[in-house]
Amino acid sequence: MKKLSAILIIICISSLIIFNQCKISDGKVTLDVTAKPFEKLSEYNFFKGKISDLIPNEKVLPYDLITALFSDYAHKARFVWMPAGTSAKYKKDEVVEFPIGAVLIKNFYYPTDFRDESKGRKIMETRLLVRRADKWDALTYVWNDEQTDADLNIVGDTKKVSFTNLQGEKLNIDYSYPNKNQCKNCHNLKNVQEPIGPKVRYLNKDFKYADGSKNQLEKWTEVGYLTGYKKEENLANKIASAFDPTSGTVEERAKSYIEINCAHCHRREGSANTTGLFLLLSEKNPESWGTMKSPVAAGRASGNCLYDVVPGKPDESILVYRMTENDPEIRMPELGRSLQHKEAVQLIRQWISEMKK
Amino acid sequence: MRKFILFSFFLSVAIAFQSCKNNSKKAGDTAGFSYDEKIQKEFQEKLILVEDGGTVEFPEGKFLFKKALSLEGKKNVTIKGTGTQKTILSFLGQTEGAEGINVTNCQNVTLEGFTVQDAKGDNIKLKGCDGVHIHHMNSTWTTGADTSNGNYGYYPVECKNVLMEYNEVSYCADAGVYIGQSTNVTIHHCYAHHNVAGIEIENCINSDIYKNKAENNAGGILVFDLPKLFQGNGRNAKVWDNDCINNNFQNFGKPGSIVASIPPGSGMIIMATDSVDVFNNRLTNNKTIGIACVSYYMTGKQLNDTTYGPYCTIISIHDNKFDRSGLSLTEKVPDLSTDLGKLLTATFKGAIDIFVDGSADPKLRDKNGQLPEGKKICIRNNGDVKFGNLNAWKTHGREDIMNFKDTDISKFDCSYTGINGNNQKPEEVK
Repeated sequence: MKKLSAILIIICISSLIIFNQCKISDGKVTLDVTAKPFEKLSEYNFFKGKISDLIPNEKVLPYDLITALFSDYAHKARFVWMPAGTSAKYKKDEVVEFPIGAVLIKNFYYPTDFRDESKGRKIMETRLLVRRADKWDALTYVWNDEQTDADLNIVGDTKKVSFTNLQGEKLNIDYSYPNKNQCKNCHNLKNVQEPIGPKVRYLNKDFKYADGSKNQLEKWTEVGYLTGYKKEENLANKIASAFDPTSGTVEERAKSYIEINCAHCHRREGSANTTGLFLLLSEKNPESWGTMKSPVAAGRASGNCLYDVVPGKPDESILVYRMTENDPEIRMPELGRSLQHKEAVQLIRQWISEMKK
Repeated sequence: MRKFILFSFFLSVAIAFQSCKNNSKKAGDTAGFSYDEKIQKEFQEKLILVEDGGTVEFPEGKFLFKKALSLEGKKNVTIKGTGTQKTILSFLGQTEGAEGINVTNCQNVTLEGFTVQDAKGDNIKLKGCDGVHIHHMNSTWTTGADTSNGNYGYYPVECKNVLMEYNEVSYCADAGVYIGQSTNVTIHHCYAHHNVAGIEIENCINSDIYKNKAENNAGGILVFDLPKLFQGNGRNAKVWDNDCINNNFQNFGKPGSIVASIPPGSGMIIMATDSVDVFNNRLTNNKTIGIACVSYYMTGKQLNDTTYGPYCTIISIHDNKFDRSGLSLTEKVPDLSTDLGKLLTATFKGAIDIFVDGSADPKLRDKNGQLPEGKKICIRNNGDVKFGNLNAWKTHGREDIMNFKDTDISKFDCSYTGINGNNQKPEEVK
């Protein structure tokens, strides 16, 4: 027995020399919110087994959103983790209030062939939002080509990636990793860094967990990650899924898409509040949503058009134009998109075409 | 009660279009620039890692960037080059981010001693900063007067305590020095040339603009208030001792933009704002207008913002010098390329030194269209000026827009004391 522990210590010391730390994984997440972030993603123990399989460790809970932010067609695998005994507080309209120590884990990947995901995938990056005592910290980990781990990156990067899309076209793109400042460009509410996605109205859907399908809010409540969940209130507070025609009208789906893709900046507390274009679902004035509204400082990006949205005329609507163009000065959103989201453009065009004057 | 509508006149001439279009851009200055990903990362890394109170030094050289450079949430940081001729940052053909330099949410940030050129959108943008000092900088587009150039050379927006001094700016497709929705603003000793608009403050509160030179722009210096903005209804500006020279350059603004409606040959335009003192300026060889004081309706744009005041009140234009003697006979022909230029030329048969559209807030004016004491537009001691007034408060619309003009300046003979500019006056560096 003594021998065994001696051997363990020796192994530990030698691994200390190699990895600069001695840690025996007990299947639990390792995170100290007061310490500096780890240099390697693997050090957090979010995933068990082969890291690129993204199999969540104990208490790391996968989740999904009804409508998601478009990021050059990248797929996203999202997880949430909270320290033992803590939970998020339910908020009706904003992002739920996460406890100190909570982490949102978002993995961006491209299936080799979108038509058959069993052919493999390439994970590009894992972004963490870590709830520290005083603020949210945004961390980007860039995956290596071998897909064995990911490294902390603060200055951003660009890497080539190729994939075959649902239409069978092979695409090669320059995938852009955000730098630390760019994170705040979108994750910004009154100049404070904030998560975007996990609002109850986006979480309010069933998810296929390993042990069966369940509404995410109920699951979060069941595992102790959410307190104050009001089921009755949520029956009414459910948004349409942008690309599921059974989930709502064209207008409801279009607005759901625009809100999650645009309103983190285009809201009164957001970084695009200088524009006067406010795209939260709670904004009820059509002009706030761009109808016959002149652009403020769009300049060339107006494409010589006069109004953000012209009912019945998608071709004369700056909103459509900026979603269509890929030129960095013109495109919207400014970050995270170099390809046109064709399905979304089609949806928004239909919405504006059918809009009454 | 007579309706005041003259915008339909301008709207009727609006461009007919099929759909929004992307215009391609001319080639710019590439000599000596080559892209190196390491440099991109190194510059950005410095801006991320700099500690509060620190200085980021940009070395001498020509540097080409594909992505915008950003500074976020820092206090008392200086970004410093080795001089505008020596440290040159080009963003020609950038693929990410619309700006060259993007500064957000900082306190007391200083930019000095380098050139930024050819960004896709704005060369230098600062948003939500308290304490902005930009001096001895240059900002330009090397693509010439191209409609597809970026909008603004320097663009502090929603900032407080902004000091711009000893900067040069050229070839902006909108405004060179453009301060938007900011409070306590000082702009002096800046040289703006070959822009659509040279220097513009928009929806700002408490501004001083003095000893600047605006030359060869389509419009020299603008004090504007626009609707539907976060900081509505700007006020309190002093504009003095500036030279507005030869602002007869073509208007290469983007169709549909506010500045695209400015007639080339405009020295200074005060629009839709309150409490502005304009004095001791020299308006030299501007072929269409010396100083204009107009309402928002002159842009020809629709308006539906009930919190916005589209008219000017408390404006004092005094002791300015007007001279057009340096223009040849052919150069003296006022602008005929814009709707407003055509209207003025047809109405007043030539250039005018001081132009007012004669609109007045219906809630304030009397039955003769006059504003009450304490709200008036005052024009005095500007020498022997050619004056024109459209009396727009009387018009019904396009058909009679030219029917009520007069050249009687005596109705505006009054003065103000105590119009404030930026009383939080910062120290000049030089």
